Amino acid sequence: MLAVDLRNLTKRFGSVTAVNDLSLQIDSGEIVAFLGPNGAGKTTTIDMLLGLTRPDAGSVRVYGSTPDDAIARGEVSAVMQNGGLLKDFTVGETVAYTASLYAHARPVSEVLERAGIGEIADRRVGKCSGGEQQRLRFAMALLSDPRLLILDEPTTGMDVEGRREFWGAIREDAERGRTVMFATHYLDEADAYADRIVLIRQGVVVADGTTAEIKNLASGRVVRATLPGADEASLRALAGVTNVERRGDTVLVQCLDSDIVARHLLTTTAARDLEISSKNLEAAFVALTADTAAESNGATR
Amino acid sequence: MTVAARETPAHAQPHTRLVPRLGGFNLTALRLEVRRVLRNRRTVMFILVFPSVFFFMFSATARGGKQAASPEALAYIMISMAVYGAMVGTTSGGAAVAVERSLGWSRQLRLTPLRPAAYVAIKVLTAMTLGFIAVAAEFAVGAVAGVHMAPHVWLLSGLAAWLCSLVFAAFGLFMGFLLPSENVMQFVGPLLAVLAMFGGLFIPLSALSPTMRSVASFSPVWGVGQLARAPLMGDFSSTAVVSVVVWTLLFGAGAMALFRRDTARV
Repeated sequence: MLAVDLRNLTKRFGSVTAVNDLSLQIDSGEIVAFLGPNGAGKTTTIDMLLGLTRPDAGSVRVYGSTPDDAIARGEVSAVMQNGGLLKDFTVGETVAYTASLYAHARPVSEVLERAGIGEIADRRVGKCSGGEQQRLRFAMALLSDPRLLILDEPTTGMDVEGRREFWGAIREDAERGRTVMFATHYLDEADAYADRIVLIRQGVVVADGTTAEIKNLASGRVVRATLPGADEASLRALAGVTNVERRGDTVLVQCLDSDIVARHLLTTTAARDLEISSKNLEAAFVALTADTAAESNGATR
Repeated sequence: MTVAARETPAHAQPHTRLVPRLGGFNLTALRLEVRRVLRNRRTVMFILVFPSVFFFMFSATARGGKQAASPEALAYIMISMAVYGAMVGTTSGGAAVAVERSLGWSRQLRLTPLRPAAYVAIKVLTAMTLGFIAVAAEFAVGAVAGVHMAPHVWLLSGLAAWLCSLVFAAFGLFMGFLLPSENVMQFVGPLLAVLAMFGGLFIPLSALSPTMRSVASFSPVWGVGQLARAPLMGDFSSTAVVSVVVWTLLFGAGAMALFRRDTARV
């Protein structure tokens, strides 16, 4: 059964299209990173997924029901970026209050323990650090033992140690088979904690695959050579070649194994001025998520 | 110790999931909410300390005249201060929605099964609990300070002061949804003091000019003050009941309209 089924979602704010005809399906049990730069439409998409915002077009289904219904039955819960806590409740009271709102909830002590804040249950929320507050939001999200957990940039503003501890708790929890979708603009978080990465830019999914596939997208190399009248077909036939492009006398070959391409070019063709460059995940991310102007600049130089 | 729980994670049992009854309204939440509000020193000052201090100040002023304050005057002041405490308590209870909106707590609650109407019900009952505490505390102070009234007057005055403060719970909600600010009470507090004048809470209405008296009778506190003092003065008027009902409906409708705007999905 699909945990998340977004079809042709569109959301506009005035003249700005935040999310543009976006479709996304997530299977039960997947851990998906929703990766994109600030303003890419991640939070707007998540708000629609949670029923906080109504889409202008398209449909949202969470485990087969509407977001409101899924929330009412505790099937989905979320950890939002910031805010949303009362300073004069203690940590334990905040969780107990939230627990009382559900038809079924895990014991307060259990979720505090799992979020790693069992020892600060009596502390006022106002006296908690940002990382502790975030783990409190995580504890609240665990109460209904949701089938789908959504995290919207959960580690924004946390220090390195806080991030490490937070993700430790999430990872431990995800091993129990929960579906997790998290938005982030940190590549390393997506790489370290997700099975699947969905890259979003300007409200559109620009890449979607397993972490390995997204890395492949990036881990390939580009062989560039001067070769007038290059035979594209024979280059494409080489093992591991993913794309061939001619720009005047220059040919660019994107490939997984640059050795094969280089050997071919140097031994069987008149290619000269050979250059081999590699891409990394960072570069793929920048290329895939940069705005169009930056992209065309990259193409000409 | 959580081993047993781990064996049957609820997300493995999709069909057992239920929607909470009463939209999530429950007494545990109400109890935690009241406890939290009473932790706020400023709230306690306004609903418990100030009305008691005013009671002693005004009764001392009444005694300062040629003769000692009459028992009626003492009782009149006590009931007025109980109404004042209840009015501040219920208003701040309702206006708390402003704080919760500005902090994003309302948004957080939308990620739980709590229905908006159940949230408002918790707010109103919290406000009414504060109002009850204010009236009870002021009556206790009065009893200790030597106020004498017939038992039925204690009971009926207390009930009237408390139940009629519902108009201010509605007023607080209205202001809370109108002003999305963390310090809404800094604005509403002085407004309440002015209203208290019109309710004859700080000075008897008979001390006002006839014009001011007729203006006062159209204010939201007027009816509450009249009804709370009616068992003592023996001057029950149905006009006062109309005043309380109309103002409660007005503020309630206003709060409801703003609340709908607030919870509308954008």
